[in-house]
Amino acid sequence: MTQSAAGGQPGRAFWRGYRDCAPFILIVVPFSMLFGVVARDAGLDVLQTMSMAVLVIAGASQFTAVALLQDQAPVFAALAAALVVNLRMAMYSAALVPHLGHAPLGMRALMAYLMVDQAFAVAARTYEDEPGMSRAEKVAYYMGCMMLICPFWYGFTLVGALAGNLVPASLELDFAAPVCFIALSAPLLRSAAHVAAACVSVAAAILFHGLPWSLGLFAAALAAMVAGVQTELWLKRRAAA
Amino acid sequence: MIETGDFWLLTVLLGAGTFLIRFSFLGFLGRSELPEWLLLHLRYVGISVFPALVTPMLLWPAATGGQTDWIRVAAGAIAFAAGMRISVIGAILAGMGAFYGLRALETLF
Repeated sequence: MTQSAAGGQPGRAFWRGYRDCAPFILIVVPFSMLFGVVARDAGLDVLQTMSMAVLVIAGASQFTAVALLQDQAPVFAALAAALVVNLRMAMYSAALVPHLGHAPLGMRALMAYLMVDQAFAVAARTYEDEPGMSRAEKVAYYMGCMMLICPFWYGFTLVGALAGNLVPASLELDFAAPVCFIALSAPLLRSAAHVAAACVSVAAAILFHGLPWSLGLFAAALAAMVAGVQTELWLKRRAAA
Repeated sequence: MIETGDFWLLTVLLGAGTFLIRFSFLGFLGRSELPEWLLLHLRYVGISVFPALVTPMLLWPAATGGQTDWIRVAAGAIAFAAGMRISVIGAILAGMGAFYGLRALETLF
């Protein structure tokens, strides 16, 4: 089996996507296990923990939702915060249209359900690097990426949920959550505008910390988005002048 | 404790809402043009949300009852440095490694 180009056929593209995403198992396994542990720790049962993992498959928002519910935030505040965390995926969805938009509706629905950060990043980069891929190969490659991540996500959430009570609190596994977000943020600092957005995000999060119901998160994220866009526009204007 | 009714309401709505976000462009908005300003702002969603989520977790962790724990802050900074210089996985390993390493040192001295 050769790994050259995109593979001549969808089957090969599928397995190539599978292999290209393999390193991310190292992130998905601890992250999903951690969700299982944290959810049980917050008082959810195994069925509830698994239902959330299967219905949502978006770790960051699951952590956000459980943390806020545990903090006695109103349901709709927790829901809104978790949805804001997932808004970035609207951007992924838009970015995938030129490559996957031709697929039948049912297939697009399945691809939407399976959309996760790391696999999206891998697929988007491959499509850009290899414009010669056929439409069928692109779909197969995408499914290969997601079909690797997804079973690990379910499986290790279950492991975490079952083993949750065995992990001693002294291990302080909760620290893995901020570490995961930090790890995912670093590669996003692609330009001066992104750095400006991140700085405003941190500063505003500290400033608005006292606000109830994670309103501080919304305020900080909105301020940071505006700061990022304005910095980008300002840099462009300066370069043009 | 989390109320059972609250939990299911949240989970079902979050599942549906998250699916709609993922499906949005790929599903039904693909053909229509989005306003330029919105696309511009969407590009900054990730980098705007994650730091705002992490900052309070690092500075006032629930696990310590909101007390600032300098070992967590330091390990977070090390994870960030590793993320910038090495990789995503490098950041996770460095962050957790520094955390447990510093904790071990703390108990020794």
